[in-house]
Amino acid sequence: MQEVGTFCLQIGFSYLATVAFGICTNVPRRALNACGLTGAAGWIVYWVLFQFHLGRMLPNLLGAFVIALVSLFFARRNKIPVIIFNIPGLVPLVPGGLAYQAVRAFVLGQYLNGIQYAIQVAMIAGALAIGFMLAQFVGNSRLLHWHR
Amino acid sequence: MIVKDDRILAVCLLAGKMMIESGSEMYRVEDTMQRIAYNAGAAHCETFTTPTGLLMSLGESRVQILQVTHRTINLEQVERINALSRRFAVHEISLGAFHQALLQLNREAVVFPAWLQLIAAAVISSTLMILYNGVWFDFPSTAIIGTVGYAIFYFGKQRWQVNFLNEFFASLAIGLLAWAAVRLHLGQRLDLIIIGAVMPLVPGVPITNAVRDILAGHLLSGLARGLEALLSVSAIGIGIALTFRLF
Repeated sequence: MQEVGTFCLQIGFSYLATVAFGICTNVPRRALNACGLTGAAGWIVYWVLFQFHLGRMLPNLLGAFVIALVSLFFARRNKIPVIIFNIPGLVPLVPGGLAYQAVRAFVLGQYLNGIQYAIQVAMIAGALAIGFMLAQFVGNSRLLHWHR
Repeated sequence: MIVKDDRILAVCLLAGKMMIESGSEMYRVEDTMQRIAYNAGAAHCETFTTPTGLLMSLGESRVQILQVTHRTINLEQVERINALSRRFAVHEISLGAFHQALLQLNREAVVFPAWLQLIAAAVISSTLMILYNGVWFDFPSTAIIGTVGYAIFYFGKQRWQVNFLNEFFASLAIGLLAWAAVRLHLGQRLDLIIIGAVMPLVPGVPITNAVRDILAGHLLSGLARGLEALLSVSAIGIGIALTFRLF
């Protein structure tokens, strides 16, 4: 029962965070709800995979992949540029915590630790980019042409 | 005919400039400009766009340049220009009406009111803090610190004419307030409070766009955008780092 509660909390909070970031980047009002759904979908994929101890790279990659696919779907359905959905949607996955650890380690003189964190940040950013690339590849293929 | 070509160039460049200023990716900027020119009946056009300026040629000898001096993030603006371009493509509006609509959008950009953005900053900070395995005890303090940080970032951008200064002061305030909150037993996990409160400031849009530009072959734009993002991340990092040095 507790797991169900945590699951709902993760979905609800990632939805809220994405919608709020959409307000800060001035997303069109009619797209806000779809933005929130995009962010929640991506985060829940990341979170569930992370619970299965698959490391950080694969969950981030697949999270970004799902975000890009869902935003592609909303963009084509509403005829709105795709960045309006995938930029706010990516916010929960941004490796802010690791970047913070890296800065802190550098300031405190623990350079080896700092480099370790910085490399992890770079690799996660790369994983997110590859997730987006894969989704673009799938989106361009004939599989997902709902209507045109 | 000559007058019409000038008008096409003016509309394309203005649309492109406004899209760059609002944080669109370069691929979309060039695509929109070329579509407008094509739909207006121009035979042949070339575009060259960077985050600091854009160039467009029509036919053999007609070239115009427009400089881009400031860049913000306003995704609604991107959507509106896109919608106008679509309406122009199906001949719903004329080139003149398109130009007027663009000028109107340029004068008065549509933005969410400041109070709503501040509430949104509170929501981003506190919810992300919980998602990153924070404790519920820190929820109110993270929301307040995140709001104060975003307020300094938002109003500082309008007041101070120095780039990156607002980011620096905002993160410095976040660091100091988070430290004070933990000291006064209003918060428990200093790290997570700071991470949550900084999240509204993180330049997610420029970073995402930089990567996409590079992947799409716009190397120059990607590097310029990436550099801008790196500088604002550094400003935020130095603000936080100062707090650690002081205490």
